[in-house]
Amino acid sequence: MRGNRFTYYVREGIGSIFNHGFMSFASVCIIVACLIIMGSFTLLALNVDNIINTMESQNELMAFVDESLSQEEARALQGAVEAVPNVSKVYFVTREAAWNSFVSTYQNPGMFAGLDATTVRDRFVVYIDDISLMAQTQENLSHVAGIAAVNAQLEISAGFVRIRNIVTVASVALVLVLFVISLFIMSNTIKLTTFERRDEIAIMKMVGATSSFIRWPFVVQGLILGLLGALVSFTLEWGLYELLTEKLISGAGISFLTMIPFYNVAVPLLAAFTVVGLGVGVIGSTLAIKNYLKV
Amino acid sequence: MVQFTDVFKSYENGTKALRGVSFTIHDGEFAFLVGPSGSGKTTIIKLLTGEIAPTDGKVLVNDYDLTNIRFGKMPYMRRTLGVVFQDFRLIEDKTVYENVAFAMRVIGASNKEIRRRVPYVLELVGLDTRTRRRPQELSGGEQQRVAIARALVNNPRLIIADEPTGNLDPARSLEIMLLLQKINELGTTVLVVTHEKELVDSFSKRVIAIDGGKIISDGMDGYYTYER
Repeated sequence: MRGNRFTYYVREGIGSIFNHGFMSFASVCIIVACLIIMGSFTLLALNVDNIINTMESQNELMAFVDESLSQEEARALQGAVEAVPNVSKVYFVTREAAWNSFVSTYQNPGMFAGLDATTVRDRFVVYIDDISLMAQTQENLSHVAGIAAVNAQLEISAGFVRIRNIVTVASVALVLVLFVISLFIMSNTIKLTTFERRDEIAIMKMVGATSSFIRWPFVVQGLILGLLGALVSFTLEWGLYELLTEKLISGAGISFLTMIPFYNVAVPLLAAFTVVGLGVGVIGSTLAIKNYLKV
Repeated sequence: MVQFTDVFKSYENGTKALRGVSFTIHDGEFAFLVGPSGSGKTTIIKLLTGEIAPTDGKVLVNDYDLTNIRFGKMPYMRRTLGVVFQDFRLIEDKTVYENVAFAMRVIGASNKEIRRRVPYVLELVGLDTRTRRRPQELSGGEQQRVAIARALVNNPRLIIADEPTGNLDPARSLEIMLLLQKINELGTTVLVVTHEKELVDSFSKRVIAIDGGKIISDGMDGYYTYER
């Protein structure tokens, strides 16, 4: 591309933005709105995933050892328990430790007078990698020789998995819908520009301008509007996220939720916004100008 | 050179605009194409500029066969043409200079070439003192001169003028025709589409007359052999 052509494309693209200031402003606003909604749902999905991962790591199964085994024999089962697929960590808890822990959760230990640690069993606390495989892991653990019973909170794990699936599907669907909406709006904005300049485009065709020469200023216009929309929405998203995490979550005392710090997602989010913004700009402008280049 | 060989053109609505039209305009010629409304003049112009393709027959323009031309080649064919319309078709927010320079810029001419060529062409059409005016500040005749300058600036082999005097008074019309004649004398082929009898008859040029989609006369006999 020759230098003066490049200058021409950029000058015409920028000129068109200012010549159609209101429509340019409107299309940037629409891109910003769509990107913020897209970004918010993406961040929501990431945070839900993060929270579920945290909860997954804390979700445990309890494998109770057969009472007929001595404590040494019970300890010796650890290797077999660890070998079960999906098991990440295993801790052996003696019946004495389990009993003391149980009693300490009540304010009146006297109510357990006459009972001792033999009331409960030695057990393994088992952590797993994938919460969605909890039922299968429970089944596998129950087949380990010496394990009498396995407790698992299957309803909770199923709930986590369901929430994650719903949020992921909803986010992906919303992102796609908003992308199409943004594309439509951008395309129509540039269509208005091309409609106003249809005589100019006809003259360009008449004197022998190539289709790419006619298209480029509109693509540059779309690129600039898309990029501007991406940068504005990233900045607003940043502010909104910080406001939400600091003021709402902390202020409302919802302390058990650990939100992902914005700086952890800033670069990928900026990259995604830029790609979507530029994509919307380029595809939208290409679609808008297509009909005028057919002659 | 323009060569139509047994050209037929039918539109989708069934209208048969051309029915076996054949003629040749050689390089350096000046010709009028005349005929009443609906005779097929506009179809011939559209075929020449590549806006439409013939249904049958062969259209050759400046060595480009428009019957089989690839879409990507069309701009390069159009660079060999200059087209002038009745309604001028100037860009209102550009000055005279910019309107003419625009035609060079969009085919990728350098700024140096534009600075050299545009003043020369504007002087040729007598607008060298009006370069900073916008179209609405000019008379109809002057606007048509700008359109001619724009058609001329890329040094085309053929100028097609479609009713170039349709919006002008007789004195301005004559000026425009004299300008087109001058351009022809400088070596450019000129085809003027018109239905203005007096104007055609005041020039002893070739007249191709068309009616009902057929060529009904082609010669130096002045306007409207078909008016017999």
